[in-house]
Amino acid sequence: MSRRPLIREVPPATWFLRHPRYMRYMAREVTSLFIGAYCVLLVVAMQRLSAGPAAWQGFLEALRSPGSIAFHILAMAAAFYHAGTWFNATQKAMPLQIGEEFVKGSYISGAHYLVWAVLSVAVLFLAGVF
Amino acid sequence: MAKSNKPVVWFPFAAGGTVIAFCMPVIVVLGFLAAVGRVPPGLSYEQLHAFASGGLGKLVLFGVIALSLWSSAHRLRCTCYDFGLRADTLIATLLYVAAIVGSIATAVFLLRI
Repeated sequence: MSRRPLIREVPPATWFLRHPRYMRYMAREVTSLFIGAYCVLLVVAMQRLSAGPAAWQGFLEALRSPGSIAFHILAMAAAFYHAGTWFNATQKAMPLQIGEEFVKGSYISGAHYLVWAVLSVAVLFLAGVF
Repeated sequence: MAKSNKPVVWFPFAAGGTVIAFCMPVIVVLGFLAAVGRVPPGLSYEQLHAFASGGLGKLVLFGVIALSLWSSAHRLRCTCYDFGLRADTLIATLLYVAAIVGSIATAVFLLRI
């Protein structure tokens, strides 16, 4: 009798369609595309800033194209989704023990959300948005 | 003891993930405001240039951009693999080189300001 090991065929490109949990995982993975692209935009921004006022003004005007607005909306969705899932994961990634008890997971994630909110409002304030 | 290059890749990845989570949403919001024509005063040439002229400003901008680049490169590598692109060594090399080049370029641009 020959030994027949169990080999599970996993489709390499469509495996995640099988389960909503995999889909959510991949949705989070896809946010890296937009965030990566936005990082490239930030590098370009630094180049334009270093090239003088006219170059910077041209960069700001280029941002106003419809494609750029659409890209910004997608990048915002990606950035917020990444942030939310990251903060939700902190309670699993770094559980905090004080004495015998573990600190409630919601407190750890909540503290991250709070710091995030304060930091974001501070940046918006310093940038003169309000 | 088995040697691994994983910590070298992992540390900037985790730091970058944290930086992206905390900083990227508000940065994209600022960019979005500029894109819809309501340029925040902080993104005017005078104010942003003044911020980037200082040592602290340079450090903040470089830290945010370089760590985000590295983290994105690592995540894109995983994303490619998950979508069935299994040429991992090639993809990893391309993405990490891109992240390093982007970081060096950012440093050069900032030092010119």
